[in-house]
Amino acid sequence: MSAIVVFIDQVAAPGKLHAIHHQLLTLARGAGEPVAVVAGPVSAGLAAELGSYGVSRVLSSEQAELGEFLVAPKADLVAQAAAAVSAAAVLVDNGAQGKEIAARVGVALDAGVITDAVALTSDGGALVAHKSVLAGSYTVQARATTAVAVISVKSHSVEASPAAEASVPVVEAVTVAFAPGSLGARVTQRTPRAVSGRPELEDARIVVAGGRGVDGDFGPVEELADVLGAAVGASRAAADAGWISHAAQVGQTGKKVSPQLYISVGISGAIQQKAGMQTSKLIVAVNKDLDSPIFEIADFGIVGDLFKVLPQAVEEIKRRRA
Amino acid sequence: MNIVVLVKYVPDTQFDRHLTGENHLLDRNESILSELDEYALEAALALTDERGGAKAGNNVTALTLGPAAAAAAVKKSLQIGATAGLHISDEALAGSDASATSLVLAAAIRTLGPVDLVITGMASTDGETSIIPAQLAARLGLPQLTFASSLELEGATVTVRRDGDDFSEEIQATLPVLVSVTDQANEPRYPNFKGILAAKKKKVTTLSLAELGVPVDAVGLVGSKTTVTDAAERPARTAGVIITDSGDAGIQLVDFLAAQKLF
Ligand SMILES: Cc1cc2nc3c(=O)[nH]c(=O)nc-3n(C[C@H](O)[C@H](O)[C@H](O)COP(=O)(O)OP(=O)(O)OC[C@H]3O[C@@H](n4cnc5c(N)ncnc54)[C@H](O)[C@@H]3O)c2cc1C
Repeated sequence: MSAIVVFIDQVAAPGKLHAIHHQLLTLARGAGEPVAVVAGPVSAGLAAELGSYGVSRVLSSEQAELGEFLVAPKADLVAQAAAAVSAAAVLVDNGAQGKEIAARVGVALDAGVITDAVALTSDGGALVAHKSVLAGSYTVQARATTAVAVISVKSHSVEASPAAEASVPVVEAVTVAFAPGSLGARVTQRTPRAVSGRPELEDARIVVAGGRGVDGDFGPVEELADVLGAAVGASRAAADAGWISHAAQVGQTGKKVSPQLYISVGISGAIQQKAGMQTSKLIVAVNKDLDSPIFEIADFGIVGDLFKVLPQAVEEIKRRRA
Repeated sequence: MNIVVLVKYVPDTQFDRHLTGENHLLDRNESILSELDEYALEAALALTDERGGAKAGNNVTALTLGPAAAAAAVKKSLQIGATAGLHISDEALAGSDASATSLVLAAAIRTLGPVDLVITGMASTDGETSIIPAQLAARLGLPQLTFASSLELEGATVTVRRDGDDFSEEIQATLPVLVSVTDQANEPRYPNFKGILAAKKKKVTTLSLAELGVPVDAVGLVGSKTTVTDAAERPARTAGVIITDSGDAGIQLVDFLAAQKLF
């Protein structure tokens, strides 16, 4: 069976796997033999977790360069490990770093790169990536025409499932030969972002997003999000105003989300905002201006004041649950 | 200082965009200079302005790759303030994927002699993959400082901020480097009358693949390493029920959520 490499970063926050890693390993197991390539330490717990997803081979490096420089050394690791195991495919997460690793691995292995995959299927042994393009207006299927396919995969492209039988992985330490150009961009400072305790935007089943209409007060948006177990999103106007972190921004230059439900609050629905949310299953909009473009795509629209509508909805949900 | 800015000519996101033909290529009519590249251009111009501008020997070359019409992206960049243009134009390029595109862009940049900085936008607004900057840095052997939300140059040291999901990072490198900037990096300037007049006198070089020394079979659909096998247009979203709050909209919202089994 051909090796399918899954990249797992353990440099900045070592210890355990993320949901996306479970998903990538599940995809890899379906397509061949999953091989985990780990940047950073492989603790006993991590090895056991990898084993529970059917990984029997782990290639890891703890070279300091992996953490000291931006992206490129990790890409060197992935490319060299993938070559060493004659991988048929390399799977990485679809974050900024994941996509860039995919890009550089593509150059190193002379391989086709596909980003933003939302599902992987197999056609005669070749991996077919399904993705949505042009701000969600098309869905396409793409594949690499090269011996190795490099694919960055979005969260939720598969339901993660542990292997029927856990394996005990063999961990091999590898030494990466870093390209000179890879050791140029030094990370001189790294500040962890504050954690909200709410679900991640890309993982959430429900997103409640606020815009300029919240006028500096995300309270009502957060309260509705919390009773629904939802993630909090924002328009660029709200993030630019400093009312919420840019990490919460949804849109062309922010996160692309497609939850079961997107509740848009005090957001006009500019084209750049729509680009990040219009593939949501259901869209609810609360906006006091009936002419806002968001109403053109909302399944349920409320023309009203968010400071009245949201607290009332929150009370009603609590009442019905009581 | 010599700076190259990548400027892409892309279909205007304000209009519906379409994939056409059996190879599912993007219909490139109604195109404009990608708005995300305006941030790259601004970053370059701000750096050169601080250092005495073109008069002090600072060059900002706007580089584009695309059909004849893509010259418009270079022209607009010159109007905004770039000092020269380079347009790689060849019919064989149609359908090139990121790998083929970055190969040609790297060859184009090599024709410009020593370059201090290559600056790009965070993504194109058509393909939206963000992989060209990383591939270009890899091919040119330059340090990559990507997704920069701020950019500073002191002596030969470039410092950028990168605001990721888990971390906010400060990254440094020594020239020459490749930087991609986000829309947080600056406020792009617009062309003014003086700039529009001045642009007419600026030099634009157009090169074919043969002139670049890139073989035709390394690009286009043949030279690409990925292929799109199928494309389907999603039905456009339509408006649903719209109510006006008359005091109980919050309750109606909950009714809607309950009917959808969402709480
Ligand atoms: C290159 C580029 C990239 C961009 N990327 C993004 C992106 O990723 N994401 C993004 O969102 N935008 C992006 N934008 C910005 C986008 O064009 C809009 O400016 C932005 O989305 C507007 O945010 P908004 O809807 O919150 O604000 P506005 O357009 O000001 O809308 C505020 C809305 O709130 C409503 N409102 C006000 N008070 C209330 C109230 N009390 N109750 C109910 N409703 C109320 C108003 O009726 C109005 O419709 C980008 C722009 C550019 C140029």
